[in-house]
Amino acid sequence: MAEVKAPPLREFPSPPPLAPGAMDTSRPYVASDKIQTAIGFPGELSDSWEQRAIDHMGALLGKYRSLKVFMDSCVHCGACADKCHYFIGTQDPKNMPVARQELMRSVYRRYFTLPGKFFPRIVGARDLTREVLDEWYTYYNQCSECRRCSVFCPYGIDTAEVTMAAKEILDAVGYGQKYTNEIIGKVHKIGNNLGLPGPALADTLEGLEEDTKEETGVDVRFPLDEKGAEVLLVTPSADFFAEPHVDSLIGYAKVFHAAGVSWTLSSKASEAGNFGLFIGNYEQLRAIALRIREAALELGVKRIIVGECGHAWRVAYSFWNTLVGIGAGGRDPFAVQLQSQLDPSVRQPTHICEYTWSLIQRGALKFDKEANDHRVVTFHDSCNVARASRMGDFPGGQFEIPRAIIRAVANKYVEMAPETTHEKTFCCGGGGGLLTDELLDLRVKGALPRMEALRAVADGQGVNFMATICAICKAQFTKVLPYYGFKMNMVGGVHQLVSTAIRLGTHS
Amino acid sequence: MSAVGIVFALLFYAATVVLVVGLAVRIADYARTPAPLKIPTTPAPVTRGGVALRMAREVVFFESLFKGSVWTWIFGWLFHVCLALVLVRHLRYFTEPVWFWVALVQPLGILAAFGMAAGLAGLLARRIVVERIRYISVPSDYLMLVLLLLIGASGLAMKYVFRTDVVAVKAFFLGLMRFDWQPLPADPMLYIHLLLVAALMIVFPFSKLLHAPGVFFSPSRNQADDPRESRHLAPWAAKLEQR
Repeated sequence: MAEVKAPPLREFPSPPPLAPGAMDTSRPYVASDKIQTAIGFPGELSDSWEQRAIDHMGALLGKYRSLKVFMDSCVHCGACADKCHYFIGTQDPKNMPVARQELMRSVYRRYFTLPGKFFPRIVGARDLTREVLDEWYTYYNQCSECRRCSVFCPYGIDTAEVTMAAKEILDAVGYGQKYTNEIIGKVHKIGNNLGLPGPALADTLEGLEEDTKEETGVDVRFPLDEKGAEVLLVTPSADFFAEPHVDSLIGYAKVFHAAGVSWTLSSKASEAGNFGLFIGNYEQLRAIALRIREAALELGVKRIIVGECGHAWRVAYSFWNTLVGIGAGGRDPFAVQLQSQLDPSVRQPTHICEYTWSLIQRGALKFDKEANDHRVVTFHDSCNVARASRMGDFPGGQFEIPRAIIRAVANKYVEMAPETTHEKTFCCGGGGGLLTDELLDLRVKGALPRMEALRAVADGQGVNFMATICAICKAQFTKVLPYYGFKMNMVGGVHQLVSTAIRLGTHS
Repeated sequence: MSAVGIVFALLFYAATVVLVVGLAVRIADYARTPAPLKIPTTPAPVTRGGVALRMAREVVFFESLFKGSVWTWIFGWLFHVCLALVLVRHLRYFTEPVWFWVALVQPLGILAAFGMAAGLAGLLARRIVVERIRYISVPSDYLMLVLLLLIGASGLAMKYVFRTDVVAVKAFFLGLMRFDWQPLPADPMLYIHLLLVAALMIVFPFSKLLHAPGVFFSPSRNQADDPRESRHLAPWAAKLEQR
């Protein structure tokens, strides 16, 4: 691979000129036969794949109203065209959301509409050839499914839905992506994305207890598989040992300690992440979520809390009730079995930020805010939290609650430019199953809009810490910040800040 | 009745059937297809009433488009509002007596015809001038704009230059509706106008004009943000639980 370099920051962020073909060789590794078959997909492209791809597309069009409506409704108005961070960073026109959708829409028209059958050239329809399939693989693996384009679309067309459908079709014909599908295999086999087995996890947690004791002098516990605990914490496995993720895990443990609440992690459900989302496969999404349900039933917990992870929170908040009945309002036996065990007086599942904020509001947590005075903090809204979920009981709580926590534990807080935060936040550049080394060039370029906004507050207001509540954001920024001249440890979790400032010891 | 009149009579029956049946089939298809997952683009309303308001803002004011591109919004909104007024003005050809409120907006309808043309011209110019919009445009995008522009231009031409007997035109359409055919004035400009309108009606259910019904079925806009409070389950997904 050629040397990866960050694109220059734009002085005035405006739509860049087009550079056709700029990213047409950026492709992640293809999943091997072994990886594919381990999760029930064909091992490789074989004869008659075209027909199977079209059949699968037809099946998806019958199962997902989103895909059907989105295929028909686009008028090529271009409102989304300049909204994608990958387009801004790479200038490749096929990274404009409308152009990315068009890779599939052109095929849809050819096989599923009358004008596409009779006048393909006029309506921009084309056959599904090997070249087209390769183009799908290339450019649908340059979408992080962040939904930013859907905010600006007059019909709410969400490119993430199209990308997911494309990945689902690619998987169905044996053309899967290695990074994502390998991880899905691991989560089934070992219980988490990083492949950390139960005994190793127990060791790690013991080590964390010792470290925290050394740091604070207090016996903060990190329990694993403790039946009868009140709370099951499900968190991304990166929290167990990656930097800066682990500092937030220590933060969660300190919050539970200070609140005096019994909690546990689960070796079976030692992963909040659900890469089934990234490949748009309902069965995988459900199978991975079922682990959480089973762990909750086995451990007998009253409450399920989810750690700092963007797409995991989307799946937990928006989909868990649908997939496996973690939530409320279920009347069928499957849902009732779990929902009668969970505490109905609190929202299920709960985000760790909702939990911490409710404790802060009750006055149950005390902080030494000065402990964070060496930091000037800003907050990066993670795409799946911002545009695909909620916290609290009002729309937009997902923006207000993390910020409220930061203000409660740190004195110096600065907002980045409003067109780059809240619902208009830019993806870190590593979401959607793209957090793999062979895509580093794409990831660095995709981070451009966020880096521009960070540069402005770093130079202008002295910001030296960007807090976020997503494991992928943390890993991605740790890697790409240095390309833009920032220190890698500039990124961290909200509960890392909580951890620094929280008072331990006495609780009533 | 002239042969041309008969051809137009049959054409409008056919176009109406294609438009109505085509749209009905499409809408039924959208309505029947399940949305298995909760995917509103958040922040989203948490109640059905809130969703109705969001949809109304989207359909009446093009709220999201305004956030996305102010120029496209100006031209696009101008075109759609003016088109609505022009359509209302044309109701006088299909109602006897003309409804009170239709009579009221007649002068506005003429103004709107110019606004419609201006909006369409703006959208067409944008498609040609802006590099990234040019890149994503296919021939049918231009054809659709040209078709609408020609409909507007031929209509205005009849109003100001090649005047036609509008009383006879009204008699023709009322005749069609009552299955009591009346002659159509033999004016070329009227033929052009009607031909283009019929073409628009026929392509509607097979083209990107489906964005009109589509927006109401868009899950990212029409779902309430309440996944923790109630269990949302598609029929095909529920079957997975019985395995």
